[in-house]
Amino acid sequence: LVGLAGPGQAQSGDLKPNTFEEITSYNNFYEFGTDKGDPARYASRMTTSPWTVRIDGMVDRPADYTFEDIMARMTVEERIYRLRCVETWSMVVPWNGFELADLLKMAGVKSGAKYVAFETLLRPEEMPGVRFPVLDWPYVEGLRLDEAMHPLTIMATGIYGRDIPNQNGAPLRLVVPWKYGFKSIKSVVRITLTDKQPPTSWNKSLPREYGFYSNVNPEVDHPRWSQATEKRIGAGLFARNQPTLMMNGYADEVASLYAGMDLAKNY
Amino acid sequence: MLADQVNTAVRRIPVWLVYCLGLLPAPWFLYLGLTGGLGVEPIKALEHELGLLALQIMVAGLCITPLRRYAGLNLLRFRRALGVLCFTYVALHLLVWLVLDVQSLARIWADIVKRPYITIGMSAFVLMIPLALTSNDLSVRKLGPLWRRLHKLTYVVVPLGAIHFVMLRKGFQLEPLVYLLAIAVLLALRLPVLARPRRVSRA
Repeated sequence: LVGLAGPGQAQSGDLKPNTFEEITSYNNFYEFGTDKGDPARYASRMTTSPWTVRIDGMVDRPADYTFEDIMARMTVEERIYRLRCVETWSMVVPWNGFELADLLKMAGVKSGAKYVAFETLLRPEEMPGVRFPVLDWPYVEGLRLDEAMHPLTIMATGIYGRDIPNQNGAPLRLVVPWKYGFKSIKSVVRITLTDKQPPTSWNKSLPREYGFYSNVNPEVDHPRWSQATEKRIGAGLFARNQPTLMMNGYADEVASLYAGMDLAKNY
Repeated sequence: MLADQVNTAVRRIPVWLVYCLGLLPAPWFLYLGLTGGLGVEPIKALEHELGLLALQIMVAGLCITPLRRYAGLNLLRFRRALGVLCFTYVALHLLVWLVLDVQSLARIWADIVKRPYITIGMSAFVLMIPLALTSNDLSVRKLGPLWRRLHKLTYVVVPLGAIHFVMLRKGFQLEPLVYLLAIAVLLALRLPVLARPRRVSRA
């Protein structure tokens, strides 16, 4: 694997990535169904070309940017990150992508913007899962601007050097490695800069269980299960649970973003 | 009549065959789990398969009385086998959860007291123990009318199992609600207002 200098690489030495097969067969992408195998089964129905991302709100250059426009102006690099799902499983993914900060700079963030809102594609004729109101579609997520601008935060467009498969959020998705996986919204069609904290899908659905921040934190349990340990995907039937790391192992880089905040309250 | 033909055919099926066939999924799931057939995270998958099968057997067991009452189909001689199989799968589901999933005694106890869906699932299991222990001819004879009353606990256990399933899923999901609805309907059929006079006299 090509080691690129940069943030997130410090930990990658001891990280053994999951196989391409594991990463692309066990997914949560509820637009295609709630079973872990549904996205791999049905996401091929999603048309990902042409693709545009509307960047709007408090930006200097609001526009519908085509995927090709974006890729022509971004520098793609490899980032090997842990992915920790709120459901207590985890994997290691060698993403290819670019820093979200670079994309936001391309659109020009206006002073006064404090948050970034994201939205997933909603196309019912290609998404069998949205027939059921599991969530209030389209899927939406959000970050504080400083979280979005952090060098660890990327928009991923590939895995193992290949185009990102549909079930993993083609053609481009957010990856915020120190937060539970559901924050890393897939198949993004809209990015809006705003001065108000944007609504997020899981928080709207079950506010007691899923907060706006959703930072990986072994000390703050989910109301229905402990977050102290995790199961590494691909480790087999008799695998031992692994201890979950504070901020998913990225605390040195990101803990300062939350200085002075009560992480049990801001879960 | 079709029901009579089916009843005659069914009478030839020995109960031990139901036990044997009913137990086959257990080693099959274990084999799948060990060989990658349950996907890349086999622990949860095995736990869920065993729990779901237990719930499906519960639903099948609840169908026996309405089938007899409304369709004249007599499957009563398989009811004990279904009950015992169901208990077996709930016990295996619990065992996988304890040994392979949670892996820590302290956390198991914490989960049982702190997490309502686990409290409910565990209560259902505990309530099933006296039912499993008295699923034999000797107990039926010894307990007499008390046996029938004791086994009405089924009507508590089955909805608890379905509620446990609804609560453990993330969000508002269809599959567990379908089970809950089916169970609610099957239990409602037993309400005195809905229970019509039986077409087939008690054997």
